[in-house]
Amino acid sequence: MLSVTNLEVKFGSRAILHGLSLEVPAAECLAIIGPNGSGKTVFLKAMLGLVPYSGEIRWDAGARLGYVPQKVAADLHLPLTCRDLLEAKARYLKRPGVEIEAVAREAELTAELLDTNLGYLSGGQFQKALIAFALLGQPNVLLFDEPTASLDELSEERVYELLHSLQEQSGMTLVLVSHDLSVVYRYADMVLCLSKGQPCMGPPKEILTPAMLEELYAAPSRYYRHQEHAEDVPKRR
Amino acid sequence: MLTSPVYTILLALLFAVAAGLVGSFALMRRMLLAGDVISHLALPGLGVAFLLKINPLVGGAATLLIGTLLVWQLEQATGLVTEAAIGVVFAAALAVGAAVTPREDLIEALFGGLEPLTLAGFLVGLAAELFVIFFVFRFRDRLALALFSADLAAAAGVKVRHLNLYFLLVFSLTVFAGLRFMGALLASALLIVPAATGRQLTNKFSHFLWASSAVSVLAVGGGYALDKLFMKGALPGPAVGIVSAGLFGLSFLKRAAR
Repeated sequence: MLSVTNLEVKFGSRAILHGLSLEVPAAECLAIIGPNGSGKTVFLKAMLGLVPYSGEIRWDAGARLGYVPQKVAADLHLPLTCRDLLEAKARYLKRPGVEIEAVAREAELTAELLDTNLGYLSGGQFQKALIAFALLGQPNVLLFDEPTASLDELSEERVYELLHSLQEQSGMTLVLVSHDLSVVYRYADMVLCLSKGQPCMGPPKEILTPAMLEELYAAPSRYYRHQEHAEDVPKRR
Repeated sequence: MLTSPVYTILLALLFAVAAGLVGSFALMRRMLLAGDVISHLALPGLGVAFLLKINPLVGGAATLLIGTLLVWQLEQATGLVTEAAIGVVFAAALAVGAAVTPREDLIEALFGGLEPLTLAGFLVGLAAELFVIFFVFRFRDRLALALFSADLAAAAGVKVRHLNLYFLLVFSLTVFAGLRFMGALLASALLIVPAATGRQLTNKFSHFLWASSAVSVLAVGGGYALDKLFMKGALPGPAVGIVSAGLFGLSFLKRAAR
């Protein structure tokens, strides 16, 4: 579905990503992990063509991308409701209006939230609005930056169920950026570690080893040492 | 020469609708003041055209276009430099404009009431105004998406950089259409004040566009009437400005009463 060859992204003279090559087959889930500032979000933005890059990023013909950003610097005083936004996207993409109700249901946006101004939504509600926005237009690839950063536990579970069902039932290709290693372990077919050194990639079982994580985050990973009684340990964000 | 006032008033009312629509988006994009600067850039053009004894609107259009491209370039960069640059351009445009405009034409250039309407002038104005209104409706979804998030709009396929340029050009075209009535200093007033008023009246996107346009039309109608009745029909621009500010004041009362 996606093929990246020798990708390089520079901000000024600083190379954020360098010599990155990978393939993501359709209906698979790629998780991107790495410390802050390692270029995870930049990589997603490059895939979407939002930042200039050199090298090649090729999507299969017929790829429709949905994007859920980590945060949106939306102006809280805009007189826009979720519905306004979804309607604007539906009209722009020439999609039928009924799709709005469908994606709202999937993202668990109630009718009341749909008609609330974006500035009045809580962090978690806003996240749901972003998910609904991304799902509108029937994407077959979902790029998801920190899916659960601002959700409470219950909604978090719900988002994972949603991701899972999207992948299982609709054969959606997923690209996740996540700090939540348990999520990565559960969902990812492949894991890409970005760090200051060479990026590494492989199935979760090979990548998520204590030694690897220690090198990646340059700190001992409490989560994985105590893996057998993980519920005692506060969740990593 | 079109001597009947009907043509002028028709043109002024359509300008009001266009200004209300474009002003609404300018307000949401938080570029009202940058827009103000664009409109002031018309002044040096008007001045030079007066000096050369050509149609002042031709000169105004030329410097407006230059100003638009300048602000578009400045928009790409952000931060203090942009604000400072816009401030400098603004001051320079006013100073140069005031210096080159012949004294006897200065009031018209600043506050409107340019030479009588010709058929060509009417048709150009009409085309500009209809185009602006058409643009806002054609592009309103794209504009709304870009307002919310440039990244998300781009991810959905909107060419945001182009859209920004189109919007600035349409903004300038609206100012251009208003120069005849309102002059370089006041043309942007009708882009700013009715939108600010409309925003006080409603928190709904679709209502907002209409509210701004309606307020704008009221301001132009009221201003022309005020000018005719109490100011001998000499200079409608300031009268329109006064009425629009008055309507804004009233909207404030309504909001306070809520």
